[in-house]
Amino acid sequence: MATVPTTIPIYPAAKAGHTSFEYLTSKKDELVGWARKFSLFPYPFVTACCAMEFMAVSSTPYDTDRFGAALPRFSPRQSDLLMVVGTVTHKQAPILLKVYEQMCEPKWVMAFGACATSGGFYQNYAAVAGIDKIIPVDIYVPGCPPRPETVIDAIMQLQARIAGDRHPILTDKF
Amino acid sequence: MTHEATLPTPLPPTLEIPAAELLATARALKAQGRFDMLLDVTAVDWPGRSLRFDVVWHFYSTVTFARVRVKTRVAESDPAVDSLLPLYGSALFMERECHEMYGIDFRGHPDLRPILLYEGFVGHPLRKDYPIRLEQPLVPYRK
Repeated sequence: MATVPTTIPIYPAAKAGHTSFEYLTSKKDELVGWARKFSLFPYPFVTACCAMEFMAVSSTPYDTDRFGAALPRFSPRQSDLLMVVGTVTHKQAPILLKVYEQMCEPKWVMAFGACATSGGFYQNYAAVAGIDKIIPVDIYVPGCPPRPETVIDAIMQLQARIAGDRHPILTDKF
Repeated sequence: MTHEATLPTPLPPTLEIPAAELLATARALKAQGRFDMLLDVTAVDWPGRSLRFDVVWHFYSTVTFARVRVKTRVAESDPAVDSLLPLYGSALFMERECHEMYGIDFRGHPDLRPILLYEGFVGHPLRKDYPIRLEQPLVPYRK
């Protein structure tokens, strides 16, 4: 094919006698990425006041369920997206690391708010100055706390990235 | 037009006592003053002063609704006062916190383990000479 489609083209069955789709063509990575980006299961690692904003953004008025990212799983083994919402202290850092290590691949991490991003104004003996000192972070959400629009934008940017990623779980046998 | 600044509640009276008289003072406050609640145990660091630390107790009476503050001074070489645990059960956690944050030693306290800090933390972070950016991470940082 000369041109690479950026979205999944769906070809209706011409003579099937009904309106449903008989088949579709795509690239494997695009198909899996398209499926994965709409089934983000967040693990809310909620430690501080940003939790209020997290509740606001995940409930009705802003509704991250529109993006397939609203159903929180409270087991790291069932979740894809680790949302670190709030300040992480040095005492809590081993817990965060353990939660991250127990998540199955593929997994993504969102640093929600100023404290998770950089420590915020807690530059002292107690707080970790940014969770990226402990675990890799995919997307940072600034703000103290972030606006719901910021969080939704972050989710959409993460989804765009997932859609464009390679998904190496697929081999040539699939 | 100037406005007179008025506090919503007046500051509580403060008793400044030597450290040796603490237990007797607290007993008298509890028995005669009916101060039946210990609200807070904390300390103040005055670097450069000969008796470097103020240890501060706040008492409250649920009978008369009065408050009183008790202060004593201790030296850096021997920052020890008596524990008020025999008189007030709430001293158990508050003295632990004061111990880890300021290094005040509460004589007679059975269990001065860290309560907010973690095992292995060196130093007392609320002392003025604790370096402001010194971190003691439990997890090694990523490169």
